[in-house]
Amino acid sequence: MADQIYWEDVSEGMDMAPLVKNPTTQQLVKYAGASGDYYQIHYDKDFAKGNGLDDVILHGALKNAYLGQYMTDWMGPLGTLAMLSCQYRGMDSPGQPITARGSVTRKYQEDGRNLVDCEIWLENTEGQKTTPGAATVELPSRQGLG
Amino acid sequence: MSTPSPALTEEMRQQAIGLESSPFTTDVEKGAIIRFAQAIGDENPIFNDEAEARKSKYGGLVAPPTFLRSMGSYRVALPFELPFDRMLDGGSEWRYFYPVRPGDRITVVARIENINERTGRLGVMIITTTVTTYTNQLDQVVATQTSNGIRY
Repeated sequence: MADQIYWEDVSEGMDMAPLVKNPTTQQLVKYAGASGDYYQIHYDKDFAKGNGLDDVILHGALKNAYLGQYMTDWMGPLGTLAMLSCQYRGMDSPGQPITARGSVTRKYQEDGRNLVDCEIWLENTEGQKTTPGAATVELPSRQGLG
Repeated sequence: MSTPSPALTEEMRQQAIGLESSPFTTDVEKGAIIRFAQAIGDENPIFNDEAEARKSKYGGLVAPPTFLRSMGSYRVALPFELPFDRMLDGGSEWRYFYPVRPGDRITVVARIENINERTGRLGVMIITTTVTTYTNQLDQVVATQTSNGIRY
């Protein structure tokens, strides 16, 4: 299990450790099967070229899933994901690493819950944020520990 | 292609807003959860390993955050034609209320929340905001997903 982060460990403006993903064409096929999204633009290069693209592209929802993994890794086994959002601004192709990054934008308590808002995104090797997003997680408190 | 302006009238908007898909119900299979986690390359034991997941706060395997996307189609057909052939997924916002577990029976309903015409990078676009609600067999809303589809 991953290390646990506690609400007391977090401060606004804090950077989150990056997560590097290395998408391959095989992963796009696995994701097509697992998600049921068989749009050919994600695994048939001829089809992608016929649609004006240079190569097959990652499913937007796969990038959404990468950001989901980024948050569930970061919040640890005792954290709870309350909200996850992203926008697909740019296309990404397999064979190039894609990095999830983020920072804490707000730390607050609401209805007895210890919440943290994060600004998160995926960036390509040129540093372009192809998939900006946001997340809210509930974190455990050290004070709640007997 | 010349597009009439506006392509989307107020009357069309009012016809579309509030339209819902027929409810669609699927069972969550443990194998499907594990295959989904493997497909995205997420090795977190709570999504992959029943024995380890039993020691977690969930007491068993749960689905990764975007797994519900595999529960079926969530697009609501529009009651009119639009002069656009291409569609893009603009992104989505998920809100989570309960964990999704193997054996859950999830009912999916999508509802058109808003539809607007905009002019942007791709020319005239129609943006449809759809809210998809995922409800389990205990009548708990486990998650909602607000997504933006772009026709251009």
